Amino acid sequence: MSAPTASRRVDGEGGPSILLFADIDEPGLATLAGYERRGGYSSLRKALQMTPEAVLEQLKASGLRGRGGAGFAMGTKVSFLPKGTMDKYLVCNADESEPGTFKDRELMQKTPHMLIEGLIIAAYAAGTNRSFIYIRGEYVLQANVLDAALVEARAAGYVGERILGSEHSLSLVVHRGAGAYICGEETGLLDSLEGKRGNPRLKPPFPAVQGLYQGPTLINNVETLSTVPAIIEMGGEEYAKLGVETSTGTKLVSVSGHVQRPGNYEIELGIPSREIIYGLAGGPPEGRAVKCWFPGGSSSPVLKEEDLDVPYDFNSLAQAGTMLGSGAIIVVDDSTPILDVAMKTAKFYRHESCGKCTPCREGTNWTVKMLERIDDGEATPMDLEIMASVQEHIIGNCLCVLGDAMAMPIGSMIAKFKDEFEAHMESARMRRGLNGSAASDTALEAQGALEEPPGTLLAHQPGGEQAPGAHDGAPGTHRGGV
Amino acid sequence: MSVVRRFEHGSRVPGWDESVDLEKAPAEVPGVGGSPSPAVPEALRAEIEAHMANYPDRRSAALPALEAAQRVHGWCSPEALEQVACVMRVTPAYLDSVASFYDMLETSPVGRHSVYVCTNISCSLCGADELLEAFLAAAAKDPDGEREFNVRGFECLGACDIAPMASVDGVYVGPLSLDDAAQVLDDVRAGRPVAPEKQLARKLVADPHANSREFPLHDAEPAREGRGA
Repeated sequence: MSAPTASRRVDGEGGPSILLFADIDEPGLATLAGYERRGGYSSLRKALQMTPEAVLEQLKASGLRGRGGAGFAMGTKVSFLPKGTMDKYLVCNADESEPGTFKDRELMQKTPHMLIEGLIIAAYAAGTNRSFIYIRGEYVLQANVLDAALVEARAAGYVGERILGSEHSLSLVVHRGAGAYICGEETGLLDSLEGKRGNPRLKPPFPAVQGLYQGPTLINNVETLSTVPAIIEMGGEEYAKLGVETSTGTKLVSVSGHVQRPGNYEIELGIPSREIIYGLAGGPPEGRAVKCWFPGGSSSPVLKEEDLDVPYDFNSLAQAGTMLGSGAIIVVDDSTPILDVAMKTAKFYRHESCGKCTPCREGTNWTVKMLERIDDGEATPMDLEIMASVQEHIIGNCLCVLGDAMAMPIGSMIAKFKDEFEAHMESARMRRGLNGSAASDTALEAQGALEEPPGTLLAHQPGGEQAPGAHDGAPGTHRGGV
Repeated sequence: MSVVRRFEHGSRVPGWDESVDLEKAPAEVPGVGGSPSPAVPEALRAEIEAHMANYPDRRSAALPALEAAQRVHGWCSPEALEQVACVMRVTPAYLDSVASFYDMLETSPVGRHSVYVCTNISCSLCGADELLEAFLAAAAKDPDGEREFNVRGFECLGACDIAPMASVDGVYVGPLSLDDAAQVLDDVRAGRPVAPEKQLARKLVADPHANSREFPLHDAEPAREGRGA
């Protein structure tokens, strides 16, 4: 393939459309000279020739939806900011903490100037003159790269007073977090940026009206802002031709878990999910099958193997009962018990819950406890129903969506893998019952007692008193006994 | 009969109400227990003040300031909090409330080198729990392990493509095998670059369509990595 002169490639020129990842590993791309050699900052020059309103029109026409998780239309979000000369802020959310997501890391590390350029253009459109990049503290290398890029951009006059001779001024500060998932939530992020504990705020007022330091604030994800230069270069309507109608453009997808080639891939929205998981990432290891997969980070309800043909875009995934979220696909193969997946997920949210709202603080804790009960053989099938109802009581009852982010995947796992949860529960109960008796494990194993199909014990009999022979013989009938 | 001495403001405790005055000059903010203002190392004071200058509200500098103090003191000790409070003109209690919220700010003494092993879902699917065990075992074998290493499981570090992985003093390495654990700790102790061939900084993007040309693995710049770079 011949080397393209333009930095970006649109479908039909030898391969799928690549806007963000074009030659991203080229040495020196992280420096100003390397970025400008590839046409960098020409979109900024173009944007500054336009009025802010015209730039905003382009963003709206592009149909770009936020890449951080919620998928809100970016142009609309920008237009929510009040007009006028008050202090307005733009904050780039680079606190990429959603489990399974690592796309922003790659962008910031390899092409930091693309983010800075996009940020300046967005600030111009929104009329903000102070901006911050809130990057998670764990990303030491990426923050250092951004800091170095920012020094270069300042020296070149892209950031600072009267950018490139225009009326527009912008200050930009890279702010490092210190390790808290909740600071990826926009109002938690604002509190953290103000130097407080990262507790989410009550909404409304939304940040666009009252955000950072009580001023109107626009908050955008790294990938969203990094896409802006491409939109200005191509034109919003051209950009909207990529992808599908309700989900335009390209998207970075982070694929991880049980796949042969984990990593970041740039796809056009709307392609079948199977093509990402099997075509690009190579699918699960030889001889394994997909058991379930998270389509948008660990906060999204899981899908099963039969859902692999769902098109990967915002609306199709929503119709399938899940969400595109941050674009992080986590594949779990059939060698992993679903209980382990649920336990890891729930423990993460328990650890990260800030504790402000009761349903989330208590719900995440009790969900973990109930999952542990299942694993310890102390649970009865009723516990599954209680656990499902706990999830329902979390959703929509907190200031932010952290609780929902646990409740949705756990709820979907209980609904979709109920049989496996019950089987796990019964085999754990049986094991516990046997361990409680005088007979040793090995002796009973020799009798084949441990090999009994699960799900055959009477549920109302406490596990500790369960005798090995007390089966009713018919699998699945235990639920009638409750 | 002895008279209980009271201060001008009517209290027996010096400065009890002044400590919450955030607008006061730094020298007047009492330290914990009414001790005189601690001497702040000049470099730390300069760094915190530079951070404060970045924001419209100086309290925004709390996180970078605490991180800087932690680098000096090893953890957010009462002394470290006092020094930051002194420069930032906030109360140590306020800083304590902030420090206790964030995973990377330590509220008790820890080993000198941080080894965060990601144990979240993607990494644990690839064997991260066993890797954490291996790290803990390797650190336990070291007679000086507790002072040298702060090995802990961590929530998703955002590097699921190199699972299972660890962040060693801020440098991402992976995928690590169980045998790598001891080697990594040896590298840290010896001050060598950690598992250079497994550093994330050297990894090319996975997308086969991203690079239209073949780029050689460019050397990472280890000097720019790590805390305090």
